[in-house]
Amino acid sequence: MIPAAFDYHSPQSLDEALSLLQRHAGDAKILAGGQSLIPAMRFRLAMPSILIDINQLNDLRYIEERADYLAIGAMTLEHSLEDSPVVRSSYPLLRDTAVVIADPLVRNMATVGGNIAHADPANDHPATMLAYRATVVAKGPKGERTIAIDDFFTGLFENAMAEDEILTEIRIPKPSANSGGAYTKLERKVGDYAISAAAVQLRLDGSKVAEARIGLTNVSAVPMRAKAAEAELVGKSISDAVMEATGKAAAGECDPSPDLRGGVDYKRDITRVMVKRSIQQAVARAKGGK
Amino acid sequence: MSEHEVTLTINGESVTRPVEARTLLVHFIREDLSLTGTHIGCDTTSCGACTVLVCGKPVKSCTMFAVQANGAEIETIENLAAAGTLHPLQEGFWEKHGLQCGYCTPGMIMSAKGFLADNPDPTEDEIRHGISGNLCRCTGYNKIVEAIQYAAEKLQAADAGGE
Amino acid sequence: MPQLDDRKEHHSELAEGVSARVPTTDEVQIKTPEKICGMGHRKKRKEDPRFIQGKGNYVDDVKLPGMLYMDIVRSPYAHAKINSIDASAALEMDGVLAVITGEDLKAAGDLHWMPTLMSDTQMVLPIDKVVYYAQEVCAVIATSRYIAADAIEQVFVDYEPLDAVVDPFEAMKDKVIVRDDKEEKTNHIWHWEAGDKAATDSVFNDAATIVKEKMYIPRIHVSSIETCGMVANYNKVREHMQIYMTSQAPHAHRTVFALVSGIPEHKIQIISPDIGGGFGGKVPVYPGYVICAVASLVTGKPVKWIEDRSENLQADSFARDYHIEAEMAADKDGKISGLRVKTLSDCGAADAAANPSKFPAGLYSICTGSYDMKAAHVEVDGVYTTKPPGGVAYRCSFRVTEAVHMIERMTDIMAHELGEDPADYRLRNFIRPDQFPYTSPTGWEYDSGNYEGALNKAMDMLDYRALREEQKEKRAKGELMGIGISSFTEVVGAGPSKDYDILGIKMFDSAEIRIHPTGKAMARFGTKSQGQGHETTYAQIIAEQLGLPADDIEVEEGDTDTAPYGLGTYASRSTPTAGAAAVMAARKIKAKAKKIAAHLLEVGDDDLEWNVDRFQVKGSPDQAKTIQEIAFAAYTNHPQGMEAGLEAVDYYDPPNLTFPFGSYICVVDIDKGTGEVKIRRFVAVDDCGHIINPMIVEGQIEGGLTMGLAPAMFEEIVYDEHGQNLTGTFADYLVPTAVESPKWELGKTITPSPHHPIGAKGVGESPTVGAPPAIANAVVDALWHLGVRHIDIPITPPKVWKLLRDAGVTD
Ligand SMILES: Cc1cc2nc3c(=O)[nH]c(=O)nc-3n(C[C@H](O)[C@H](O)[C@H](O)COP(=O)(O)OP(=O)(O)OC[C@H]3O[C@@H](n4cnc5c(N)ncnc54)[C@H](O)[C@@H]3O)c2cc1C
Ligand code: FES
Ligand code: FES
Repeated sequence: MIPAAFDYHSPQSLDEALSLLQRHAGDAKILAGGQSLIPAMRFRLAMPSILIDINQLNDLRYIEERADYLAIGAMTLEHSLEDSPVVRSSYPLLRDTAVVIADPLVRNMATVGGNIAHADPANDHPATMLAYRATVVAKGPKGERTIAIDDFFTGLFENAMAEDEILTEIRIPKPSANSGGAYTKLERKVGDYAISAAAVQLRLDGSKVAEARIGLTNVSAVPMRAKAAEAELVGKSISDAVMEATGKAAAGECDPSPDLRGGVDYKRDITRVMVKRSIQQAVARAKGGK
Repeated sequence: MSEHEVTLTINGESVTRPVEARTLLVHFIREDLSLTGTHIGCDTTSCGACTVLVCGKPVKSCTMFAVQANGAEIETIENLAAAGTLHPLQEGFWEKHGLQCGYCTPGMIMSAKGFLADNPDPTEDEIRHGISGNLCRCTGYNKIVEAIQYAAEKLQAADAGGE
Repeated sequence: MPQLDDRKEHHSELAEGVSARVPTTDEVQIKTPEKICGMGHRKKRKEDPRFIQGKGNYVDDVKLPGMLYMDIVRSPYAHAKINSIDASAALEMDGVLAVITGEDLKAAGDLHWMPTLMSDTQMVLPIDKVVYYAQEVCAVIATSRYIAADAIEQVFVDYEPLDAVVDPFEAMKDKVIVRDDKEEKTNHIWHWEAGDKAATDSVFNDAATIVKEKMYIPRIHVSSIETCGMVANYNKVREHMQIYMTSQAPHAHRTVFALVSGIPEHKIQIISPDIGGGFGGKVPVYPGYVICAVASLVTGKPVKWIEDRSENLQADSFARDYHIEAEMAADKDGKISGLRVKTLSDCGAADAAANPSKFPAGLYSICTGSYDMKAAHVEVDGVYTTKPPGGVAYRCSFRVTEAVHMIERMTDIMAHELGEDPADYRLRNFIRPDQFPYTSPTGWEYDSGNYEGALNKAMDMLDYRALREEQKEKRAKGELMGIGISSFTEVVGAGPSKDYDILGIKMFDSAEIRIHPTGKAMARFGTKSQGQGHETTYAQIIAEQLGLPADDIEVEEGDTDTAPYGLGTYASRSTPTAGAAAVMAARKIKAKAKKIAAHLLEVGDDDLEWNVDRFQVKGSPDQAKTIQEIAFAAYTNHPQGMEAGLEAVDYYDPPNLTFPFGSYICVVDIDKGTGEVKIRRFVAVDDCGHIINPMIVEGQIEGGLTMGLAPAMFEEIVYDEHGQNLTGTFADYLVPTAVESPKWELGKTITPSPHHPIGAKGVGESPTVGAPPAIANAVVDALWHLGVRHIDIPITPPKVWKLLRDAGVTD
């Protein structure tokens, strides 16, 4: 399994990368961690004629808490999320997600930006970023722009960026008080893509759920938010019945395909269970649990 | 089809070689540098037989191009006993029977080396997750876990001993 | 006949004669001091220093000057006519030397077909049609791996798709004929029976209870982490073919190559270097090997071929694929009285199993297992489908896994049906220790056993009765916990030459020991380790016999130019056969050593006795000659009239097979939300007779358990209705990691084989055979009260979830 030949560029700055990308628009692909792209190239499912390796852009590797959001540079390694104290203390949903992505070796190469840019519904970050109401920062020849995560995923492996844009940063709004989040993932074996997974981020107001967003993994052709499920949850006091109704709504609105991971009925029902379990954990965290 | 000159440090030695852009790091290590301790077991980044340390971090060398390693420091299994004594991980694998056919072993050991650098005093469960990117078909893993525990203890004792 | 005498001498320590009952113990016997390190010592492996330092030498590490690379064009269809192959674009590429097609092989002397190890035929490269997905269609030879990979994209094959037949029951209807090269236009290959049909029918007529079940033992793949490969190096001047290959049976492969290619056998050298796991997958001769050898013949240059994982998973030998219908009868006391089994064996496009010739269904008739019953009858039919050929191995080649899964499931179903505890039910149905040697209803003579001893030990290890109490309490709360038992009987060590051969070659194995003047030794074998640690265990066997330190014995295997002929390593046969040959060769040496010692000590042979590492004069142990002194004398001062030197060869023909056994208990908890099964504990008590190196045996068992877990819960080769393999990479063929694999808890009993010269039985496959039913039984045990009687492996969350949902108990 050998990739087809290509031309390789290793720009030393973002501007250089952007101008290369502009020059070769259509033929070039960005190489980030390579953990999705290189396997695809080995099977010749992807045969870019030009690769622009952005691993030299160390400026894009950071996790910084700013005034009202957490900024994650696109080239931040998954492994760095696991290790980050601020992620650990304040963004448990993100940490839950990072540790169930692939395996430790892949996480030493794979980037957060790549995970999102790839727009693979099987990837874990999309659901999490949807639940967080994150913002994606993209830079192109015309400068920088932000894209709301709700507008980012436009199709299977398709995103809202132009061919000559590079994803540079992801911004996660700082969770307000009484917030909690959790990611629950069912996999066939450790490191596998999800059979189904649910990301839940919510805010409590007393016993009531004041806000909630739910993202789902690998149960639709495009990474999706479970809006009907959110509607079941918001404004309600947490109870088994409410969680069940929320789970059921998510099961109803997701659109899984049957494959080796299971049939449609199974995936829907597991989605129900994943959503319930994530809510339970998110609520516990909102109340000050671990 | 670009060709590139790559300069990197491998096991402490600097080398410069021309490579085709698409050359996978694992092929570069095995064929261009004749270090055949690093193995290949799959096409899907699943098995970890190809694990090497790139700048101290264990990665799958089948899922990286050699050109990407330009300027990097790479360590392979061949370096672990270069000074003449076995590394505690090598000792642990031998002592605890952490290998049978030996094919996964170099990758396992390099993966464990990176893992222990991050987590010097792991629980059994952490070890199992730590090596979850490495497949072994022979051992059933019990004895690999014991081998890594052996090395962890020995490395910690050495750390405590040497100031 | 010195062998027979030796055998008798040894048995007298154990019991009278070959077929007497032997006692069971718990303790490993150690008779030699640490410095000699004979049997029973936990000796660190002699082979490890090279592996832990990255200095192993596997096939892909072999690099010869001027070496070319081969890559293979494979079929995208499971069944298709080939109209044409256009390789012109590939041939025009820089660095491409040749493209080899079926027509080329045909022209080279009908090399486009080859025999399988089951005396069927298989295409090397097709002329007119392909019969399985990923079948080899033609091969490109180029100056580098990368160019070869580019070139296969430039070969254009015009296929005309034909209907695939994936389901063996459909295949039996003969609507689509897979092998139209055969005279008889049918997919049915063979029918085979064992046991007494009339007696079995009569037992069933008299039965008080009959249980029936259909089960499928799915197609799986060994997936050693090293794939298969070869470096063929034909020397035109010497007319000599040197081959490095991933071979578990280098001698047998040399013979096959000689027969297929016409190159005289003495002009072929096969070297099987370090092997990265075999488990049966490196027993068959694959088309790739033959093409690679031909490529070297044609080009006169060394040619390397290394499979990708996808090729390995999609086209190499598979295991299992048995569709079983079983019935078990019990009498009015609930005792098992009979077993009736019908099985369809999906062989794929060729019967390429590695079974002994007389046994198309391997040793499947061992299926009455550990239970004493009156009668049994087994029928198996083999059928072609448009899937890759095989029926080879997955750490058990001879269909024992299928047999054990069936009998252990059926026994559990019967116990549950009768409302009895599955452990107690087994205890009252076991063949009792005083019944050995035991002749089974299908004709096997079990050498020795103590089944209740092993089960009782396993039950003690995890406090079985307390777990049953816990299960009761949990069930009252609606929680799902299950306990599963498997008390298996294995049959290994093929085999006695009167019954066992592969392509006519009898299944003996061999050892050659040479002791050098300074008392160091070289030992060579016809087997081939793939991780089993032969370099260490064989040295320990010889150390035990001759008193030479194991570290002074160099063990070598795998080079057909130097090693004595043997059938190789699979089916847990190395210790039973080559291990025995080592003992016999050592005893021949010892007999000569005694004469030399007598000469040196100037006493008669009969005045001497053996003591660990020396012959000493009876009654005056100071007067002694060590084996090292004797070795030196063998070259410097041997008695007049005696040949110089100290060496011996033995080709061991076992008098019977050996029958290792064990009892495994698995405890599972089931997640009612997801259908996930969590193995909480798994206790494995194995009895493989005398133990040569306990550490290595533990390693074999733990590894085998994980390879038993794999098909029980994770692995299956799945095809779609067009015969496309959907599980052709490690992303979807789910080999367990350290996280899925539980912490195995081991125990042992030791019931020696009465006919093996050191009482050993072989162990590598027992756990793979024994583990799956323990897991399946545990899951069914957790769900029986919900009306669940059986679940086919692999037991995946969706399957369990469906049962939970049907029972209305999902969370
Ligand atoms: C064995 C294995 C298991 C895995 N399991 C999981 C899992 O369970 N969950 C999961 O979420 N992921 C999983 N992954 C995928 C992994 O997380 C990938 O690394 C990730 O999807 C892509 O990140 P990357 O940095 O490797 O991107 P690359 O592979 O380099 O790129 C992926 C795509 O995104 C584009 N791209 C990358 N970065 C940018 C950017 N900054 N701007 C614009 N375009 C960009 C590339 O051009 C390419 O098309 C697994 C991978 C492997 C090999
Ligand atoms: S070779 Fe399998 S992960 Fe690299
Ligand atoms: S020792 Fe053989 S694969 Fe691990």
